[in-house]
Amino acid sequence: MAKLTIDDLKKIKEKVHSEMALREGDRRVKITVHMGTCGIASGAREVMDTLLTEIEAAQVTDVFVTTSGCMGLCSREPLVTVEILNQDPIKYEYMNPNKMRQVFKRHVLEGEIQTPFVLAKGAEKTK
Amino acid sequence: MLELAQHILDIAENSIRAGAKLIVISVNEDTEKNLLTIDINDDGCGMKEEEVKKALDPFYTTKTVRPVGLGLPLLTDAARKSGGKLDLQSQTGRGTKVTATFRIDHIDRQPLGNIPATLITLIAANSEVDFIYDHRHNGRQFKLDTREIRDEIYDVPIYHPEIIKYIRNIIEEGLCEIETEA
Repeated sequence: MAKLTIDDLKKIKEKVHSEMALREGDRRVKITVHMGTCGIASGAREVMDTLLTEIEAAQVTDVFVTTSGCMGLCSREPLVTVEILNQDPIKYEYMNPNKMRQVFKRHVLEGEIQTPFVLAKGAEKTK
Repeated sequence: MLELAQHILDIAENSIRAGAKLIVISVNEDTEKNLLTIDINDDGCGMKEEEVKKALDPFYTTKTVRPVGLGLPLLTDAARKSGGKLDLQSQTGRGTKVTATFRIDHIDRQPLGNIPATLITLIAANSEVDFIYDHRHNGRQFKLDTREIRDEIYDVPIYHPEIIKYIRNIIEEGLCEIETEA
């Protein structure tokens, strides 16, 4: 592969700019991969890497990805929370790259919650 | 943790929770000295002197959701097992610096692992934080500074899939060029 240069980055910027002009570009979905020590040791980084690769392959720009710390359910890691606009957040447990691919394709893109992997629906309350 | 790149991600995530806006990650492989050094430096809220003293205790944490804090103790253990050590310096309001050293040829040293995945995770998920990654291998250097990328892309978000793909490629190219061994 040819060496990437700043010019390549400028071309990407121009391409993205022209695409952004054609749509609203709002964030429709927020996906949080829980990235505490327990999550990382259980494979959260691989889950995140898979998610980013899927987003890239699907060429969607309305999905926003973030990380959070440990929420105290270390034995159920890796945990992923999917929040679709105007819907309750869904927390998925024991995630791995294959489950992440399935959740992304079926839930995030098609709106079908993947019940077998669900830990909880709704936001947790912390003291 | 199975690889040092996961420890780097874990410590950098601590920096993000501490409100850091710039995180500098340095990796230095010096095969002549048989020394691998990992340095993570942030400008977060820092720790008080008493907290620094307790930070390497696995049963000390500032979190309320669980009674343990394993990130730094696990990295300390990984360093000690391979003939190295961990040094922690922090000042309230100034930031924190974690330095871990390892003997490169030690049989118990964890591999450096998937650095691109660690950096991409940090950059894509924390668009408000800047990262500098500086990797040296026997005098050769690869450096990534997200501030320089931000200057070029202007109003395009750094987490845009096309930008993330570009960053992933330059990290992989850069690490390949300096022929990392760890």
